[in-house]
This record gives sequence, structure tokens and C-alpha cells, in this order.
Amino acid sequence: MQSLLNQIPSFFTYYNVMLLLWGIGSTVLLTAAGCGAGFVFGALIVLVRITKTIWLLPIKIVVITYVEFFRRIPFLVILYLVLFAAHAVDPTLSLFGVAVVSVCLLATAYLSEIIRAAIESVQRPQIEAADSMNFGFWRTIYEVVLPQAWKVLLPPATAFVIMFIKDTSLASQIGVIELMFTGKILANRSFSGLLVYSVILICYFVLSYPLSRLAAWMERRLAAPTGTESQRILRTSAGFAGYQSYG
Amino acid sequence: MNYTLQFGVVFRQLPYLLGGALITLELAFIIFWGGALIGLLGAVGKTFGGPKTRRLVNVYVAFFTNTPAFVQVYFLFNGLPDAGILLSPFSAAVIGLTVNSGAYLTEIQRAGFASVRRTELDAAEALGMNLGQSVRYVILPHIMRTIYPPLANFFIWILLGTSMAALIGVEELTGRAVNISASTLRSIEVFIVVAGIYIVLTLIATAVLYVVGRIFFRVRMRVL
Amino acid sequence: MRDISLTVEQGEVISLIGPSGSGKSTLLRAIVGLTRPTSGEVILDGVPINYSSRRSLREARNRMAIVFQQYNLFQNMTVLRNVTVTPIKIRKRDRREVEQEAAHLLDKVGLADKHHAHPDELSGGQQQRVAIARALALKPEILLLDEVTSALDPELVNDVLDTIRVLASDGMTMLIVSHEMAFVREVSTRVVMMDKGSMVEEGEPSEIFNAPKTSRAREFVGKILRHR
Repeated sequence: MQSLLNQIPSFFTYYNVMLLLWGIGSTVLLTAAGCGAGFVFGALIVLVRITKTIWLLPIKIVVITYVEFFRRIPFLVILYLVLFAAHAVDPTLSLFGVAVVSVCLLATAYLSEIIRAAIESVQRPQIEAADSMNFGFWRTIYEVVLPQAWKVLLPPATAFVIMFIKDTSLASQIGVIELMFTGKILANRSFSGLLVYSVILICYFVLSYPLSRLAAWMERRLAAPTGTESQRILRTSAGFAGYQSYG
Repeated sequence: MNYTLQFGVVFRQLPYLLGGALITLELAFIIFWGGALIGLLGAVGKTFGGPKTRRLVNVYVAFFTNTPAFVQVYFLFNGLPDAGILLSPFSAAVIGLTVNSGAYLTEIQRAGFASVRRTELDAAEALGMNLGQSVRYVILPHIMRTIYPPLANFFIWILLGTSMAALIGVEELTGRAVNISASTLRSIEVFIVVAGIYIVLTLIATAVLYVVGRIFFRVRMRVL
Repeated sequence: MRDISLTVEQGEVISLIGPSGSGKSTLLRAIVGLTRPTSGEVILDGVPINYSSRRSLREARNRMAIVFQQYNLFQNMTVLRNVTVTPIKIRKRDRREVEQEAAHLLDKVGLADKHHAHPDELSGGQQQRVAIARALALKPEILLLDEVTSALDPELVNDVLDTIRVLASDGMTMLIVSHEMAFVREVSTRVVMMDKGSMVEEGEPSEIFNAPKTSRAREFVGKILRHR
């Protein structure tokens, strides 16, 4: 314990703090890029799934298989897969890029389910009314579905992203320079592991907790008629094979 | 690309990998039940406890749900030794993931408690049940039916989450995949196979949980 | 559905009655294209509607309007916007003109002060009247009303029926599915009774209610009259 306290001054040097901040920034960038792309692809997947044209049926099958597969593979395994596959093709590809692709692959699968649930939450009768008035597919989406679906979409989607910020720590193992990796760097510099990883934990907490509170506040603002907080917790965790956020 | 896929090497290692899958299941079970126990204590503490207990539970939940499970486990394995506590990879993984799961399971079970409506308690009382009976015939079944889907989903999540134990040396499914990858250099193939095993594992677990839910708890869940 | 053969002249009010599941709503939904008919024809003004052709369906839909049992209002829009969205966005008409017409229509159905309310602030009867105004804003040649009072509390039913009475006296061609027998008897030019997917009997209200020809119709009328 004594040596630990002795280390603290030498730990919090300008350089080290910058390194940690760089790690935080990298983590945020990784999550944002991966989940952002995942959202776009997820939305595309949902569009494919809800159209009724028969021509898209083979693509629909591919897409559904993709979602059902990638929702059942651990992030770490996806990371390794993408890493080895990418480096077999081109060994100079950036590790950060590999990580972004991995995040994107997983996020696409989960977010497509979240988006799909949000869109299906808009009651059928309204769609029928729009249909009977000649609205057409895109007009219905824009005027009726989206304005109602986004409120259902936002809470689980943000919960997912906030959760992924924490999962990116796994990428440190393949050498991606994010927050956890900077911890390993510092631990390597013969700082006490106890000290370093405590600080890393605190950094993640500082990153995640405010966002969680923000998400909870937003959910309270948006979800007035859908029940009490406890019902929402139960509903979100019952739907999507795990990814949820609390606190 | 100068790489040709050769799955034969990996298929020969299938028993080894399936052994790893067994360890994954074992881990998931221990972590789930341990976490559920902690979660029960936490939920009870938060629902029925005094202000200090509630604060303690809140701090516990807030801390463990806002920090990565991986970092928690890594801390136990690579941080504690500096304080003189040495844990085996298996222990560190189990303890870390159990404590982590406990936080999430606290919230789920607490929400289950909170979902019991006043009207149900009133109805039980009106039917002449005492406290013990109303718990057994009204409250408990309701809570179990309400929290079963989230618990089932969380088990699946734990199942997939055990993969991080590989990074501190536990030889569960992912760990063994890493071993094979290192020794045979057939990395892509082994991880494709392992991904497939995880999918099958998860599908079987989901199916079993679905059936158990239907039979014992009369719960109809969304499966796919 | 089998053996449906029905001709509707302009200005007529045809009511479809019959037990639940007899296909009355299905017929209406098929006419408007929400369920694809597998055989048979629907002819509008001498021109058959081709339900597999988007253009044909669109043109047909431009000439009719349907009001649903559950009102099916757009929850994210105000009352006024519900009424004006289709003429403005789909029919591409001038906004101010449409809003004026909409105000007039909402007046007509008795909701002059509710322009900026949202559907969830209104009672069922009010929402249904908005749905009727929305349908009328499309200037349909024929109005389809699918059990529009069945989901309403009894005291709200009359307001909606009054509105329909006004429309009937204005000469609107209507195809009504309803359980309100007294109303049907009063407002229809012809009544059609359906059962198990086919038409059982057709005739003037007095014929159907006082002297039904088929045994099935007699059975049905007997039951509902006894209920009074």
C-alpha cells in the first residue's frame, strides 16, 4: 500500500494523463464510428426486411441469417476473425480499422433488431390508413412511421452504444490503442497494476456513468405512456439477448 | 491472397474445442447462479432496506454496470497481485464476472419486485391469504413469470461473455481457439468453427430456456 | 368469400349486415385493396380495378375513402394535419385551400375547436369524426364505413351516426358495415345481409327487416329484433 501511494505522483504526470485522455478519445471514436456505421447498415437491413417485393427475397434470407448469426457470436471472436481475415488479405491493415469493422459487424446485427422493433411498434392500423389513402412506402415511413418510431428507438439504441463503449476494452488484446490498452502500456512501465487498473476503471466510469444518466433521463422524457421504469427494464432486457444498461 | 482455407486441421481438434465449450457452459452456470444470488441480496436490500443499504446497493450497481467486465476481471488478475492476492485465471474470471453479473441481476430482480401491483396484494388479502400464502401463490409466481425472460436473455449474454476469460488464460472455448490458432496457424478456420459452436450453443440454450419457460413458468417468450 | 354480386348506384346508401365473421369488413377492405381479391372483379364506373397494378389501384383509391372501426388516426399529427396531410402531400393541392376546406369539414362534424388537438386527447367518438372528416377531405365518390361505431361507448355513438345521416342526406354514396340496426333501417336505400362469406339476401330495409325471404335472414333478423 505504501509503495502504491508513493507511485501516485509519478503516475499522474502530464504525459501519462495525456496518454489516458488519448485512450479515452480513441475509445469514443472507435465506438462512435463502429456504432454509427452499424446504425446505417442496420437501417438498410430493416428496409430490406420490411419490403414486400419478391425480388428481394434472397437478400432478405441472407440478411436475416446474418443478423441471427452475429447476434450469437461473442465480440472477442468477431475481433479475432476480422483480424486474421483482414491480415491474410493485407498484413498492413490498421488494427484500429479492424476494430471498427468488428464493432460495425456486431452493431449492425443488434441495431437492426432494435430498429426493426421500433418500426414495428407503430400500429398496423395507421399503416393501413396511409395505404388506403395512396401514401406509398416512403411517404408512409416519413410521415407516419419515423415520427413515432424514433421515440421507441432511442432508449435501447443509446443503451446499446453505451454498453459497447465498455466492450471496446476487449480490443486492447489485439493491440488496438484504446483506453484499456493505454492501461496496459502504463502497467508495463512498472507502475503497480493495482493503481493502473483502478485508474482505468475510474476512467471508464467517468465516461459511462454520465451517458447512462443522460440516457435514463431521455428515456423518462420520451416514454411517458409505456409504463414504469421497472417495466421498461424488464422489457428491454427481455427482447435483445442481453444488451442493456442500468444505473 | 495466398491463403487457402483448410478446415481439416481444425475438425480434427473438434473434441478439444467441444471440451472448451463444456467449460464455457460450466462458467456460465457458476457465474449466473452466483450473480443471481448476489442480485437477490441486492434487490432485497434495495426494496426493503434502509437508506444506507439502498445507497450501498446503488453504488455497487452503478460502479459495476458502468465499467467494463473485462477491466474488472483484468484488475482481479493483474492488479490484485500487487496487494498480495494471487488468483488463478479461472478464479479471477469467475469472481469478476459473478460480481459484475450481480449488479445487472440486482436491477432485473429489483424491477421484478417492483412489478408486483398493490392490487394483487389486495386481492390476495381479500381471498383470505396470510402473508406466507400470498407470497407463495401470488407474489412469487408473478415475479418469476415477469423476470424469467430477462433472466434467460441475461444467461445467454453471460454465455457469450465468458469468452473474455480467454484473455487471462482460461481454456474455455475461445481460449482453446486461441491455442489452436497459435499452434496450427489456421486462425481463420478455427475462429469460424468456434463462431459456429457459439451459435449452436446459444441456439440450444435458447431452446432449452424457452421450453423450460413454457413448462414451468407458463411464459411465452420471443425466441428468435 | 363466395358469390358476392353487388351493384351500387350513385347516391345510394348500401348497408351490409350479418353476424361476425361473415365477411362484411373483408369485402370493404378488398374493395380498397387492403386484402388482395383472388378472384372476381370490382368495377368502378365501368372500369375494372386491377389490384395487381399499382397505377390502377392508385387511381381507384383516389376516388374512394374508407373509415375504419378503430379510426386509425395518425397519432403523431394534430387533428387538422390528419385531415390535410393526404390532400396536401399526396394529391399535391394548395395548402391554404386544403386547410380552409379542412376547417369547414371539421366544423361540419362538430369539431371546430379541436384543430390542434392530438388524437390521444380526444374521445373515441371525436376521433371517429376526425376520421370521417379525413375521409371526406379526399372528396371521394364513394365512402366506405367499416363498423365505425362498434368501438365506441354508447353515448358517443349518436354523434357519429348524426354525422353519417347528414352525409346521406347530402347524397353521398356510401357502403356501410354496421351493427346499428335501427340506424341501418333508417338511412339505407338497400340492405344486404351476409353470412359465412356470401350474400344471403338483398333488398330494401323494410323488406329485409319486416319480411325476410330466406330462412337464414329470418333467423338473423329474429335474433337482433328480439335483442331490442
